[in-house]
Amino acid sequence: MTKKTKQPTLDFKTDWAYAPALEDTKHINLKKQYDLFIDGKFVKPNSKKHFATYNPATEEKIAEIAEANEKDVDKAVKAARKAFDKWSKISAKERGKYIYRIARLIQERAREFAVIETMDGGKPIRESRDIDIPLAANHFFYYAGWADKLEYAFPDRTPKSLGVAGQIIPWNFPLLMAAWKIAPALATGNTVVLKPAETTSLTALKLADLIQDSGLPDGVVNIITGAGHTGAAIVNHPDINKIAFTGSTDVGKMIQKAIAGTDKKLTLELGGKAANIIFDDAPLDQAVEGIVNGIFFNQGHVCCAGSRLFVQENVADIVIRKLKDRMETLVVGNPMDKNTDIGAINSKEQLLKINNYLKIGKAEGADIYQSSCGIPSKGYFCKPTLFLNASQSHRVVQEEIFGPVLTIQTFRTIEEVIEKANNIPYGLSAGVWTDKGSKIFNLTSKLRAGVVWANTYNKFDPTSPFGGYKESGFGREGGLHGLMPYVRL
Amino acid sequence: MPRIEIQKTYKIFINGQFPRTESGRYYPLKNKKGDVIANICLSSRKDFRNAVVAARGAFGGWSGRAAFNRSQILYRIAEMMEGRKEQFIAELVAQNTPVKAAKHEVEEAIDTMVYYAGWCDKYQALFSSVNPVASSHYNFSVPEPTGVVAIIASEYLSLIGLVSAIAPVIAGGNTCVVLASESMPLCAVTFAEVLNTSDLSAGVVNILTGKSEELHTHFSTHLDVNAILYCRNNKSEIKTIKENASLNVKRVFVYENDLKLIKAQGPYFIFDFQEIKTTWHPIENIGSSKGGY
Repeated sequence: MTKKTKQPTLDFKTDWAYAPALEDTKHINLKKQYDLFIDGKFVKPNSKKHFATYNPATEEKIAEIAEANEKDVDKAVKAARKAFDKWSKISAKERGKYIYRIARLIQERAREFAVIETMDGGKPIRESRDIDIPLAANHFFYYAGWADKLEYAFPDRTPKSLGVAGQIIPWNFPLLMAAWKIAPALATGNTVVLKPAETTSLTALKLADLIQDSGLPDGVVNIITGAGHTGAAIVNHPDINKIAFTGSTDVGKMIQKAIAGTDKKLTLELGGKAANIIFDDAPLDQAVEGIVNGIFFNQGHVCCAGSRLFVQENVADIVIRKLKDRMETLVVGNPMDKNTDIGAINSKEQLLKINNYLKIGKAEGADIYQSSCGIPSKGYFCKPTLFLNASQSHRVVQEEIFGPVLTIQTFRTIEEVIEKANNIPYGLSAGVWTDKGSKIFNLTSKLRAGVVWANTYNKFDPTSPFGGYKESGFGREGGLHGLMPYVRL
Repeated sequence: MPRIEIQKTYKIFINGQFPRTESGRYYPLKNKKGDVIANICLSSRKDFRNAVVAARGAFGGWSGRAAFNRSQILYRIAEMMEGRKEQFIAELVAQNTPVKAAKHEVEEAIDTMVYYAGWCDKYQALFSSVNPVASSHYNFSVPEPTGVVAIIASEYLSLIGLVSAIAPVIAGGNTCVVLASESMPLCAVTFAEVLNTSDLSAGVVNILTGKSEELHTHFSTHLDVNAILYCRNNKSEIKTIKENASLNVKRVFVYENDLKLIKAQGPYFIFDFQEIKTTWHPIENIGSSKGGY
């Protein structure tokens, strides 16, 4: 240990007070109650049940969402099957034009989507406005162009549509995940039954409105809502040809098992526990920004979050000090405020899960550190958290927490850090920070992960394939490779 | 007195060596007349686990080799097969394949190996992409091998089926553990001898003989196997394999129909056992290229 010298401290509370900068919410249109979007129309659920969706930042009810049961799922699948016959025969050029329309309509209504996304899911308005919604529109725009060019994507093969795709998406990027699923499915001539997560159904239902306005033929996209039970009904429906799931590794494994006796094609985009590796020759201030973006982006509700920090031992003290200083500047609070960096935890259930991991981490002997920020008295919030002196066997190091919680380990050699980074069942993403090009390529080729960010972190683009190795799933979303899961060659 | 022929002992192939099965069990292989022509190892779970250790150990070295070098080694395998051509034909004939069909199968098998030798350093160009992201980053995607692949090879196409399953898997940098045809295992053991004299590193291909009925559960539950390729058509085994695969999210491929075609070839068979890795790096935007650019 180096001798402790007195560091100057910064008092951000007095020096860095921001005036509130609240996003206007008056322009949005929301119904009190939402039904299921099947065959181009909103229809009452057979279950006759609705459940409430809450704003996690205020705990206030926003609207009521229909709960789809087996009969509703069957109705949606039948509509999608009926629509498939026509949709797969429409000329590819025209198919593409429908998808372009959807992209444009999202761009036109972008701010309304952003506000609702933040209201329903708790993510900072800055992120929903600048990342989620524009990327969702871009994703439709990108795949629209593929529709009439598929013969160039697969040399020597003639790609054929699969049929009806059942798609189940998570609550961390609700509209963006809907776009990742629907856009390539439509471009390749499939029809869709999509289920958003039960805590974040609203932007998917607004997308249903938009799809209605776009004139897309009835039944090509069906959006049904509900919780795990509804998802299971989709997975088990005999007339579905393809399941695409994004969510936890546990549920992904259940789905893989459930469809074992069928010919359903499957893609899984599951959990992660990414190593973010800082070498001593890295530009440390940039690396600290990357650490912060890696773990605190979207409250850490990110499957590819850089949740395991590995710092080379000789710079660990300085990196940790800079990181702690930077954490003091993070604004935790009202997600609708444009100054907010870290918004609300998506649900009470998720907050309990994160808090439980905080207890586990402490009990295992890692040193907890949290920024000194206050958190609102109402709503679900979690302070940005570090676990220092964590070790490879700790549960907080091995398991996905899905919250603003970063474990920190140190290393001396490249061999050691590669070994530690790869010694985990997950393999979704990784980060590397160094100024040396050859070291970057050494690391990026040895890390067993589907996405590797070098000297950057948490960047996404519709042209860029995304997906995991090992227990983080299989199949890719985005780019040319994202077409493959939706065609038969 | 006529010379007594030396009969061959058919053994399994693990980590570049030819042990007998640790189980000590065997099954007799008979020809059409009912004569026993060989005693074949009935491999056990322990043999499989040893083979997976060997395959995992070989993975870093094999996937890390230059693609050109992998290509040369696969070509070398084809050369060695050509030298053993008559032996392969004789074994197929001994296992009741008509002479003409046997000759055709062996020739196709050798040509298939040459075909995939050529792909070793080419599929990457086909399945890679440079992705024009909207932000200031350089972004590209490349295929990388999935890891250790467990293969239950074709029951009826005992040589061409075996080669068509193994070649794309190792051309792509994976290592594998293979269960040979139960009713026609002779060529698989001879093929192991070919591999062992082809500069292929120990452990890259491991070949077991025995019963799928006994082994498919172990193949599919092993947590250090990344993918499984099943080339038979037993529906209940397929279901069990797919269910067990979910334990560690194994990739499962069933070539039930594909390998009935003797010419089941193409880079997409390599692609099945590849993972796509996408790498991002920022591009600095300082200075200006001005008009001269």
